[in-house]
Amino acid sequence: MNMAEEQRVGEVIEASTTDFVAQCYELYQSPPLGSLVKTRDLDMELYGIVYNATTTSFEPGRRPIARGKDETSEEAIYQASPQLLKLLKSEFGALVVGHRQDDKLHHYLPPKPARIHSFVYLCPPEEIKEFSQSFDFLNILLTTRLPVSPEELTAACLRQMSQVYEDRRAFLVAAGKELAVLLSGQFNQLKAILERIKV
Amino acid sequence: MTEKRLGIVTSGSLTKGVEVRLDSSASVEDMAVGRYVTIEGQKQRFFGMITDVSLGVIDQKLTLTPPDVSDPFMAEVLAGTSTYGTIHVSPYLTIGGNVASLIEGPQSVKTVPSHFSTVNLASQRDIELVFGGEDEKRFYIGTPLDMETKVCLDLEELVKRSNGIFGKSGTGKTFLTRLLLIGMLQKGTAANLVFDMHSEYGWEGRSEEGRKVKALKQLFPSKVAVFTLDEESSRRRRVSTDFVVRIGYDEIEPEDIGLLRQTLNLTEASVQAVYQLYREFGSKKWIEATLELEDKDETKQLLTKLTIHDSTYRNLRRGLETIRRLPFLLPHAPDNPVKHILEYLDQGINVVLEFGRYTDVTAYILVANLLTRRIHAQYRERMEKALGEDVAPPHPLVITIEEAHKFLNPEVSSQTIFGVIAREMRKYNVTLLVIDQRPSGIDDEVMSQIGTKITCLLDNERDIDSVLAGVPDKSGLKSVLSRLESRQQALIFGHAVPMPMVIRTREYGSAQSYKAFIPSPETSQRAEKDIENLWE
Repeated sequence: MNMAEEQRVGEVIEASTTDFVAQCYELYQSPPLGSLVKTRDLDMELYGIVYNATTTSFEPGRRPIARGKDETSEEAIYQASPQLLKLLKSEFGALVVGHRQDDKLHHYLPPKPARIHSFVYLCPPEEIKEFSQSFDFLNILLTTRLPVSPEELTAACLRQMSQVYEDRRAFLVAAGKELAVLLSGQFNQLKAILERIKV
Repeated sequence: MTEKRLGIVTSGSLTKGVEVRLDSSASVEDMAVGRYVTIEGQKQRFFGMITDVSLGVIDQKLTLTPPDVSDPFMAEVLAGTSTYGTIHVSPYLTIGGNVASLIEGPQSVKTVPSHFSTVNLASQRDIELVFGGEDEKRFYIGTPLDMETKVCLDLEELVKRSNGIFGKSGTGKTFLTRLLLIGMLQKGTAANLVFDMHSEYGWEGRSEEGRKVKALKQLFPSKVAVFTLDEESSRRRRVSTDFVVRIGYDEIEPEDIGLLRQTLNLTEASVQAVYQLYREFGSKKWIEATLELEDKDETKQLLTKLTIHDSTYRNLRRGLETIRRLPFLLPHAPDNPVKHILEYLDQGINVVLEFGRYTDVTAYILVANLLTRRIHAQYRERMEKALGEDVAPPHPLVITIEEAHKFLNPEVSSQTIFGVIAREMRKYNVTLLVIDQRPSGIDDEVMSQIGTKITCLLDNERDIDSVLAGVPDKSGLKSVLSRLESRQQALIFGHAVPMPMVIRTREYGSAQSYKAFIPSPETSQRAEKDIENLWE
């Protein structure tokens, strides 16, 4: 795959088997909730779904303070204090939902976590299509405990993925049917997701 | 033709049939009881019929708080996943697959398909394999529901047993009977004697829409003879009759009167009196003699001698007067109708006996019973002769009777000749085709001897039970039977068919349909040409 086409969005700064955290190169440039990102190890590509994004101060003990009392616009605050961009950082967390090894795509956890300082890319449409041929990853989204509710995350992920399809509805219906099977005993949960993805 | 997948087998048993969960692509609303399906087992293919359709939900909460299905997206997602349809299939046959069924054709099932076997709608090929194409023995009787494949009946097999056509009034019994009679004519499997109560099989009848419909004599003039009891009515309807039937009093026997007990409102004692009078006056003129008895002392003495009570005598006399009023009865008939009928039947010519205006049950029972008894005796004699002397047995004879419950109800079936025929005459090459709208009125013993039953819509619980008595998976067929359309649909099951089947009856009544019945020289020539081309 051509590297130039892939949009680099950050760098891994924390990794575990189930997820990794990446820091964005630019402030506020984290990918949207639910988007499919990937990072490379030597012979492996890890796929993750963005489940959380934060913007905090570099130093944990130092909280930003309100500065805009005398400014006319929000932009003006940053213009008046250009150092702010260097004191704040944007990070996002991605849940590992699959990997590619020896050119084969697997919708389950990789043998090893991502390496620190690996680059994180946003997946191009073709790759999203390829990855979403199978809905096996939905199970991971629904069962992992995360700061966001699984309904929200699943719905966001499906909305993001559906954008690369010409027939969005067909994709979402197929996904919905898969969810109906996975959540066969939890109709309320299913309903919550379907309400969020309906077209 | 591509096979249409319906779903997968999820549970079931051989006795109760299997449950099939429908795929989301197959809507329950497209299913219909009576349709054929094939089930692809791991080792064999099964052929069955849909006998029930139901709805299921995966989570009971759905039924308590139903989702908003006005939203098409929601509805589409839930269909086939959280909410699904199931069909109940009764497997009847196994086709293909194992060696036995390749050689001997479809076999009856002895097991069920394994879990999650695929279920498809039966293709044209499957149906042809099961019900066979049209050939010398098989007659095209109709098509399966929603399909164009021909369903054929093996008529040779059919006439080996007595058969029944049942259905409520106006459901197409007459049309079905015409079809079957034509089939037997066309294939020459049996000679027919039809007791045509409403004069609709020999010559033109009318369909319910009032269209004229041709009947046997018009389609096969050389193979059908129309006998009539009512010359006048036949003439008015411009029927070319072959023989006018007149019956002499001397031909009526005590058994005939016994049979009419209910219709003539006779008491049991009156029937007994008949036998005494018969003995007293002799077989030839007992009716005349009884009716000529005058109210004198001699009569009283005679009655006392015969120990017949006066009220019994009056009761009997009233009954005999009713018979005497029938215009086709003469003190002495000039000709013997039985002889004529047998002559025609021997030549392979089918006989339709029209009753004209005499559609009341008394006339029908009297004539049908009287003629049949004699024909039965003749056939019996010939068959015995054939067995003893190595001569060819008589041509199979099928006797068609309408209002069969009048002949075959439990009270009289043991006395009428039809009861005997239904039970044992198969051995003498005579079988019955009974047509009736109240099958529950027919004696169970007779009913159980009926080989193939063809039934149109029935909705009386007792009638349905009586028709389906002794059939495996009765409850399944019951739901099929009570949901037949009120016309042109029939359920056939029994001896001549490999499995119960629902058909849309073949069209009858248009010029085109008539053409198809008559084997034309053109078609046979074309067939020959085709064969020649094949070898070139």
